[in-house]
Amino acid sequence: MTTPRTPAPEALDAPIDDAALREILRGARTIAMVGASPNELRPSFFVARYLKLKGYRVLPVNPAHAGKTMLGETILPSLGAIPPEAGEVQMVDIFRRSSEAGAIVDEALETLLERGLRTIWMQIGVEDPAAAARARARGVRTVMNRCPKIEYQRLFGELRWGGFNTGIISSKL
Amino acid sequence: MSDDAPAYGFDTLQIHAGARPDPATGARQTPIYQNTAYVFRDADHAAALFNLQEVGFIYSRLTNPTVSVLQERLAALEGGVGATCASSGHAAQILALFPLMGPGDNVVVSTRLYGGTITQFSHTIKRFGWEAKFVDFDKPGQVARAVNKRTKAIFCESIANPGGYVTDLPRIAAVAERKGVPLIVDNTVATPYLCRPFEHGAHIVVHSTTKYLSGNGTAMGGAVVDSGKFDWSASDKFPSLSAPEPAYHGLKFHETFGPLAYTLHGHAVGLRDLGMTMAPMNAFLTLLGIETLSLRMERHVANARRVAEWLEQDPRVESVTYAGLKSSPHYRRARKLCPKGAGALFAFALKGGYDACVKLVDALQIFSHVANLGDTRSLVIHSASTTHRQLTPEQQEAAGAAPNVVRLSIGLEDPEDLIRDLDQALTKATS
Repeated sequence: MTTPRTPAPEALDAPIDDAALREILRGARTIAMVGASPNELRPSFFVARYLKLKGYRVLPVNPAHAGKTMLGETILPSLGAIPPEAGEVQMVDIFRRSSEAGAIVDEALETLLERGLRTIWMQIGVEDPAAAARARARGVRTVMNRCPKIEYQRLFGELRWGGFNTGIISSKL
Repeated sequence: MSDDAPAYGFDTLQIHAGARPDPATGARQTPIYQNTAYVFRDADHAAALFNLQEVGFIYSRLTNPTVSVLQERLAALEGGVGATCASSGHAAQILALFPLMGPGDNVVVSTRLYGGTITQFSHTIKRFGWEAKFVDFDKPGQVARAVNKRTKAIFCESIANPGGYVTDLPRIAAVAERKGVPLIVDNTVATPYLCRPFEHGAHIVVHSTTKYLSGNGTAMGGAVVDSGKFDWSASDKFPSLSAPEPAYHGLKFHETFGPLAYTLHGHAVGLRDLGMTMAPMNAFLTLLGIETLSLRMERHVANARRVAEWLEQDPRVESVTYAGLKSSPHYRRARKLCPKGAGALFAFALKGGYDACVKLVDALQIFSHVANLGDTRSLVIHSASTTHRQLTPEQQEAAGAAPNVVRLSIGLEDPEDLIRDLDQALTKATS
């Protein structure tokens, strides 16, 4: 596997527009989800299941449930515990409160930078601008206060089926 | 939805939002998907749809591809996150309140409302154990005092039907914000072209799409649009959205779907169980109408102003209540909240009283005597003897439907023809 090209620094500071989100979602294949819950009613399970349906490999990370199985994957205790055979991890999705995001960002930068990490994504309600700045300084793009499931559905078509405003206008098939 | 999405102009959105060339055929106009059920790819797909883990079509009671286009278009025009269409404006009102209210709860509502809404709120919703508390919305202090622990929403119309009244949305929104309840605004008479309630602090908008949106008097419909801005989990007032939902195995809608929760609830619980679904054909007709909404509203407003000004100077007319006239106490508010015009619906009082009103309606040749508004055709109704007939005299007065008042919905005809028609009818009514 080749290491994806590092985006130019100015691209990292640019606002995350629809083109950037498309690139992020198309560029990822394996997503480590920190705070993933095996409880089928939890939002993280919804997102993990959806992303898996869309062809992503989702590596669940959650020390409280480490060792259990979720959507065919063993839940890992930490980002550092992702085994080498899992290959590259292009994206980390953080399902923890904002106060814990910084430490997760630092762990991701420490353990996954050499393994293809390109994007750190913080879920709706999760924000840590200082940690995001640290990630950008290392060449990693950050998305905050958004949901990859909602954005995937919005950008690639299904969300509008539910009557939601996607903001997308196109005259193309 | 996306803060960074390009901000398209209204005229572009009214034609394109929600629609794309049909992926199956390339058809450029939105097809009418006259269809009830949808094939699942496999068991996993079916399970994901039923668990709300994936958005998709199951059964047209919940969502239909033609209706979905209309929903997204309305959400885009109002600047909301999503919309749920319903079979009529009345259905939309019940659908809007349904996720918020339980037995013993109340909604604080304006006295200046469409008569049918007053009837729905003062009688029918009582059977659900819901109560409406009617308040003069020109007194925000009274609105605030009417809100109690069991209040789940505040409800008003942006431009009221029929009173020529414009609600001071920012002040009422401030009350709603302070009290931690959503402000629901019926934006039917204004349409999103003339007024965008979300920009003035409203949380939810409801529509009768039957009126200006479809525009030609062809299709019944309603819609609930959500701004996505209300925090349903900030209190325990809204358990349908913040607490586990038994019919979905204990799923919490707001926690799981964030800003999309209210709209999703409207489909997945509201339409699923109440079933007031919009027909695909009606969605199609409404979409066709919306494509020219801005053009029509400009002309509706210009014609209304011309006719109202003419009536105002006529000695047979006692008064004209239209927020688009400088004489209106609501003129400045209308300029602020509806800068493109105060709508095309207004009322005028006849010196001859109730009897003269009845005669006038009978004598009109171009204006149609119907219980509707927002048609391309000009319409007239004597509210006190029709749409507001079920109300008490006090309710009629408060709603701007006193016995000597006639309501006009000005259409797209030549305004000079409308004036001539009114002139001859006024002569007959007052002779």
